[in-house]
Amino acid sequence: MTVIEARGLRKTFGTNVALDGIDLHVEQGRILGLIGPNGAGKTTALNAILGLTPYQGELNVLGRDPWSERDQLMRDVCFIADVAVLPRWIRVSQALEYVAGVHPRFDRRKAEGFLAKTTIRPNSKVKELSKGMVVQLHLALVLAIDAKLLVLDEPTLGLDIIYRKQFYDSLLNDYYDRNRTIVVSTHQVEELEHIFTDLMFIDRGRIVLSCSMEEFESRYVEVAVKPDQAAAARTFKPMHERQILGRCMFLFDLKLNSANRQQLTTLGEVHTPSIADLFVAVIGNQSAMAQGATR
Amino acid sequence: MSTQPNAVPEASFQSQGTSSGGVSPAQTLYWSIRRELWENPSIYMAPLIAAVVFLFGFFISTLSLRHHMHGALPLDAAQGHDLFATRYEFAGALIMGTALIVGIFYSLDALYGERRDRTIFFWKSLPVSDLITVLSKLAIPLVILPLLSFAITIATQFIMLMLSTVILAGSGVNIGALWRDASFLHVSLVLLYHLLTVHGLWYAPIYGWLLLVSAWAPRAPFLFAFLPPFVIYGVEKLAFNTSYFLNMIQNRLAGPANAMAPHAASPDFMATLIPHHFFDTPGLWTGLLVAAVFLFAAVRLRRNQGPI
Repeated sequence: MTVIEARGLRKTFGTNVALDGIDLHVEQGRILGLIGPNGAGKTTALNAILGLTPYQGELNVLGRDPWSERDQLMRDVCFIADVAVLPRWIRVSQALEYVAGVHPRFDRRKAEGFLAKTTIRPNSKVKELSKGMVVQLHLALVLAIDAKLLVLDEPTLGLDIIYRKQFYDSLLNDYYDRNRTIVVSTHQVEELEHIFTDLMFIDRGRIVLSCSMEEFESRYVEVAVKPDQAAAARTFKPMHERQILGRCMFLFDLKLNSANRQQLTTLGEVHTPSIADLFVAVIGNQSAMAQGATR
Repeated sequence: MSTQPNAVPEASFQSQGTSSGGVSPAQTLYWSIRRELWENPSIYMAPLIAAVVFLFGFFISTLSLRHHMHGALPLDAAQGHDLFATRYEFAGALIMGTALIVGIFYSLDALYGERRDRTIFFWKSLPVSDLITVLSKLAIPLVILPLLSFAITIATQFIMLMLSTVILAGSGVNIGALWRDASFLHVSLVLLYHLLTVHGLWYAPIYGWLLLVSAWAPRAPFLFAFLPPFVIYGVEKLAFNTSYFLNMIQNRLAGPANAMAPHAASPDFMATLIPHHFFDTPGLWTGLLVAAVFLFAAVRLRRNQGPI
């Protein structure tokens, strides 16, 4: 079943083009990583999917038009926006009570179960919680909703590594199954590359790369070449090269390249690049500004 | 959603039941209003505090009244009636006035605050439509505040009566007359009528305007709500040397000509309660129409506006 289907999705703010006609197709059961530099259009794309912003072009989420049917769509879609947005005045118990009151698919007992594993007390107000605890609370609320699509926009921004790890562990262990679909936009690529099933790079409102993780692994190789072999490696037209610890790292796209894996092994040690390296190769080539996005 | 034709009837019924809700719009509205009360305890705290402060003042003045009455001539019935009737009215006016101020500030912040603190992202992540959200916020000044101020006023007046009974017992004041003159039923019915018609219906376009500004204003909603009327008045005065707009605003604020304030309670007040007087006022219906337009615009704006 198709969860998200977009054709020619376009959004402009004045003369600034945030989304320049993107096509998107997400099937049920996938975990899509949406990666791009700041201002690339990630949040705009997610906001369009969530019915938070009007757009041009065709967009269909779970069979609905998000812009005109946001409230019905939100029965089947959950999201955590890019910043902590839980109201600071609300008590933990009130948040549970309210969501239970308005959401037909919220399982309050499940949320309380998640919270019992944390140090969050039901009587606390959100403003008394640390940033990490607020995200834990939001996650507990969202994971207790039996939704078909979960959208996370930089959910762990500003959290320390322990909270980040817990966040993605509970996402995978307590929530994800083959019936659910997750779309995550993030800068913390290294921590997430093992959970993605699909990958999408977005830059200046356009999709510059879109593939499944299987395709990614078979298509891209990185070769560590000694400096004296560098000239030989360049004849295979690498998409990117960089110097590291006295070696030259060459990145090849096997689909576009005449070289095959066997030939490359003669040049040096061959391995699958990290998503971050590929990101720099694809987007860093076009814009030096993108460097900041690959922490 | 594609429905499977070969699904078991029971199962399809069940899945329909969950996808069509299980939460009715009325229930969503109820929780949205509760949410407003959680966020803004001033909605009930401010009139309560006004009542407590008033009761304290009343207590002091009744004590001093008793003190003065030693050696002085006792009040005759008419004097006693006037003395207490004014105070009951004053209690009602004070609590209503407080509720009015709370309502104005609440409405101006209602749709602006959620954009400023970005919580609009959280509220919009739940299956609550913009219409229900705006209706719940309009219900606070139009329904909740009038009913609350009614309840608090009645309680305050009852406590006043008890206090004066206890303090003035044996001081020469006719306690029986005190109870008779309080005429609770009259005053409270008129008060309730006044609150629901004037504060609820007649003022609806005013609160609608405040909510609209609150949904639109990029900053300083107070300024955007109160500046345009001044500008319109000024331009009209300069251009045509007329002040229709000012008159219109004044009429709206003063209430309909034939709406009764609580002090208008006459012996035949039951006759004046018959609502046709009020519902015949054309201003009421134009006002409600304007309120509906403002409301519609506020709903559309809430859908469009993101955080600021």
